[in-house]
Amino acid sequence: MSDSLQAMKSTPLKSTQGWITFRTDAWWVEPLLTLIILGSFGMYATWAALQGVNYQWGPYLSPFYSPNLVEWFPQWFGSWPFSPAVLILPFPLVFRATCYYYRKAYYRSFFTSPPACAVDITGQAPKSPLALLLGQGKGYTGETAFPLILQNAHRYAFYFAALFIFILGYDAIKAYVWTDGFHVGVGSLVLTINVALLGLYTFSCHSWRHLLGGCIDCFSCDKMTQVRHKAWERQSLLNEKHMQFAWASLLWVAFSDIYVRLVSSGVWTDYRLF
Amino acid sequence: MSKQAVFNVYRGSQEGGDFQEFTVPVEEGMVVLDAMHYVQGFLCPDLAVRWNCKAAKCGSCSAEINGKPGLMCKTRIDDLPIESPVSVQPIKSFPIIKDLVTDVSWNFEMNKKITPFTPDNEDVSSWRYYQEDVDRVQEFRKCIECFLCQDVCHVIRNHEQKPKFVGPRFMVRLASLEMHPMDRVDRLPFIKEEAGIGLCNITKCCTEVCPEDIHITDNAIIPLKERVVDEYYDPVVGLLRGIGILPKRNKKKP
Amino acid sequence: MTSYNTKYETHTHDVVVVGAGGAGLRAAIEASSQGLSVALVCKSLLGKAHTVMAEGGVAAAMANVDSADGWQTHFKDTMKGGKFLNNWRMAQLHAQEAPDRIRELERWGAVFDRTPDGRILQRPFGGHTYRRLCHVGDRTGLELIRTLQDKGVHSGIDVFMECTLTHLLKDGDRISGAFGYWRESGRFVIFNTKAVILATGGIGKAFKVTSNSWEYTADGHAMAYNIGAEMIDMEFIQFHPTGMVWPPGVKGILVTEAVRGEGGRLTNNKGERFMQNVDPERMELSTRDIVAKAINREVKEGRGSPHGGVFLDISYRGADYIKKKLPSMYHQFMELADVDITKGPMEVGPTTHYTMGGLRVDPESQQTNIPGLFAAGEVSAGMHGGNRLGGNSLSDLLVFGRRAGLGAAEFAKATQQFPSINDADVEKAIVEVSEPFERDKGESPYAVHRDLQDLMQNKVGIIRKEAELHEAVTELQALKERARVCSVEGSRQFNPGWHLALDLRSMLIASEAAARCALQRKESRGGHTREDFPEYDAHWSTVNSTIRKDGDAMAVSTSPLPEMPSELKQLFEEAK
Repeated sequence: MSDSLQAMKSTPLKSTQGWITFRTDAWWVEPLLTLIILGSFGMYATWAALQGVNYQWGPYLSPFYSPNLVEWFPQWFGSWPFSPAVLILPFPLVFRATCYYYRKAYYRSFFTSPPACAVDITGQAPKSPLALLLGQGKGYTGETAFPLILQNAHRYAFYFAALFIFILGYDAIKAYVWTDGFHVGVGSLVLTINVALLGLYTFSCHSWRHLLGGCIDCFSCDKMTQVRHKAWERQSLLNEKHMQFAWASLLWVAFSDIYVRLVSSGVWTDYRLF
Repeated sequence: MSKQAVFNVYRGSQEGGDFQEFTVPVEEGMVVLDAMHYVQGFLCPDLAVRWNCKAAKCGSCSAEINGKPGLMCKTRIDDLPIESPVSVQPIKSFPIIKDLVTDVSWNFEMNKKITPFTPDNEDVSSWRYYQEDVDRVQEFRKCIECFLCQDVCHVIRNHEQKPKFVGPRFMVRLASLEMHPMDRVDRLPFIKEEAGIGLCNITKCCTEVCPEDIHITDNAIIPLKERVVDEYYDPVVGLLRGIGILPKRNKKKP
Repeated sequence: MTSYNTKYETHTHDVVVVGAGGAGLRAAIEASSQGLSVALVCKSLLGKAHTVMAEGGVAAAMANVDSADGWQTHFKDTMKGGKFLNNWRMAQLHAQEAPDRIRELERWGAVFDRTPDGRILQRPFGGHTYRRLCHVGDRTGLELIRTLQDKGVHSGIDVFMECTLTHLLKDGDRISGAFGYWRESGRFVIFNTKAVILATGGIGKAFKVTSNSWEYTADGHAMAYNIGAEMIDMEFIQFHPTGMVWPPGVKGILVTEAVRGEGGRLTNNKGERFMQNVDPERMELSTRDIVAKAINREVKEGRGSPHGGVFLDISYRGADYIKKKLPSMYHQFMELADVDITKGPMEVGPTTHYTMGGLRVDPESQQTNIPGLFAAGEVSAGMHGGNRLGGNSLSDLLVFGRRAGLGAAEFAKATQQFPSINDADVEKAIVEVSEPFERDKGESPYAVHRDLQDLMQNKVGIIRKEAELHEAVTELQALKERARVCSVEGSRQFNPGWHLALDLRSMLIASEAAARCALQRKESRGGHTREDFPEYDAHWSTVNSTIRKDGDAMAVSTSPLPEMPSELKQLFEEAK
């Protein structure tokens, strides 16, 4: 059998079709939305991380600036000349960048490899310069060559992300503890929802699914594997929603920063519920 | 007058071809394969179409309908925008034989390369394993080999990686063997090297087109990638296995 | 070994297996394991054969769920289901060997649903006394064929995919090979061989409403008949009680008996469980002939569902259970009919499903009356008598596929030299196969096929009468003439019109055999129901219908049923 792809002649269909795809539905909507939202988040997060101010108010701490390095380790970070966020954000960034869901999202929208199913970016079709990282045509290397081979380290990013969930959990609890005692402000709820969504996103991770039980071949074999099977089964339910958690937590973590930032800069007023 | 739909059906062979227009009367619940049968029965008896069961069980009638890979017997005309002509083409990733029929023999070659199921205890009557052990494997064994995942996978479709990459269908088959509680062969070296799992960049089109709703990416490919990480990329797992904190893989060479 | 000339290519193998469903694959694996060179020739791609459509399960008295089960009970159920027209020895071998065939499949990688104690789970089915069907949800056939396929490709079998055989060739009295064409190129191909195993399935495509795939065109029946093989019991055609009835495009698609096995209830438009009046003991799990006829009556007497079927409801078992045990059914109705079977009933009606009749074979070796010609699976006859029990087909394929493989291998081993191919026969076959291209004024084969399907559906269908059967026989002669002079367009390269023109000849032979046998058998039994003779008849309970080619005519007569030995008869006595 020859490996040659079939030769497609020009078609009597509308001229816009047949160039990169014959799909007639709005296949471009999803990658475009991803591009816009992920791009906007990236820009906002970069801007917010570089500010270095307005990241705390009352008991609230922006998740971009958590842990509060300057407060916790003044001896090391007290004289740090830049925004502390630039030391913190790489961890969640690497977790999301190597995430099995986000890989799908950005390989489609940023790498156009492929932008959507059965949309063929070959020959004359315009491709993203990032596509070169995957290699093209016969030189395609996917995730086997540097730098994308580093995607295999996702589980290490997960370990750090999991650590962050505990830190952000501490922040969320602290957000109820005011100088005048226990109170609930809107910001307390914002930060609580934030850690909940991030927790769901982090612990619905595919690598975690593997480590919990996916790596086992015989679930019934002994007590330990039986327990891990149960855990794996439950985690799998979360894992199915990994994409939803990814987006919800992404948008909410940005909103949490915006909330703290605007309250701290006096644009918004934090409403105390009780 | 009853409803009608216009189909632009690709007709051709290795020498080339073009679309031909057919007008087909449409009745409720009709699928694209019914329309192709109408064309054969009344308009063009030599239109080549590969099909068998017409019940979405055999996976023969794969095609690209309005550019989307799908089974013709499962694509309902009610769900298509028939105000404009519907295009029907052979699956793109395999060489055309004639009209809607392609040469998918490469897939059968790939399957042959995979070491078959190998238990280390041949006495089946002593085997005990449980539903929870095989739920995963049974999902993979739902595969009807329609090869739509192979067709849509851009590694095969756009990057001509057929020699180096077995494609999603055989990742699913490998996963069904790798996770079988009675199998004892180590296929991870094969999965990493010959099968080329690192070439997959998990864009999930295989899962999107699977008519059997197998979660190819989440349940087969990603777990296999993680197993490859255990074996080849994670020094901690290697260390823990080395000093006996984690059990060694109970598998032998093929 | 392969050689080529300008007209055709020739392949030489010890054993040629025709058909790659369960029986063909199992036969090829067995023959190959005997150290012989084996060709497996199939009309479709490997793994697409009709076996993939089997849903409910494979029957074997493993006694994993009901410990009282054993081969004797399975044997008795099979004989009773077949209305005692079965070849007792086949029914016995089948019941005895099925459990081993299942264990063998598991060793080759099949993954059946499990019992709580970790063994193969078995479900109840129509006509089976105990829970006996090993299954994988409702896709058991797929599991079976994929397991055999993966075993087969590593066994050194030469597979010829999309290659249709049209003629068997003889050297004197014995088989010498087969002639056919590659579907892809239209190029002719000859197999020179010591033994041929036919595993070509049934004749369902001669009917309009059928659960069968396009491959069921009676190729094996016709090829063997044309060289003098004997067929029996061709009037016995199983109409499966539950096929889809709506929408029109999916009419006939199978709704697995497992729906009833898992507790599905049949009701008419008055909400009555009509099986109560027909078979109060077994209800929905009565044998298929009885349930099909009951549904037919409900519809005829005006108690049917809106689209001409009855209702089948499983929704009370809950969505999770249904999706786990009947996933294909759930998707089939959801996607093709917009019906959610976890919420409400489906509409079902009878559909042509299985051919009990076929080639007469030796029960031990599966050899036909032609030396070197073997048959296994649906194309052979005897195992199921007048009506097949659900689940007995998949086990039939395994048990007798293996036996045919073994039988053919022994025959081939005992044959020193390859028999010779008669050039005149080959020339004749080439002319016959090429003819449709020679005519440009003939009718389309599709038109003839449509009329054949209408005829068989209306006059040789589920309920038959003398006058209509006479008409059917006459009209079949006219159809034969139309098929003989039909013409096809285009080239020999993958040309479905041409393929159908050739398949039509086979379907017409099997259809004629069915109609003539149905006319001859003046009683009702299993898959053969005569409105004018509604009861069992003592004479007809002792004979098989037989069909042989006599010159250009079809000779139909009867032959006595083989006598069951007394120790087996005893089994039925004890039950009383």
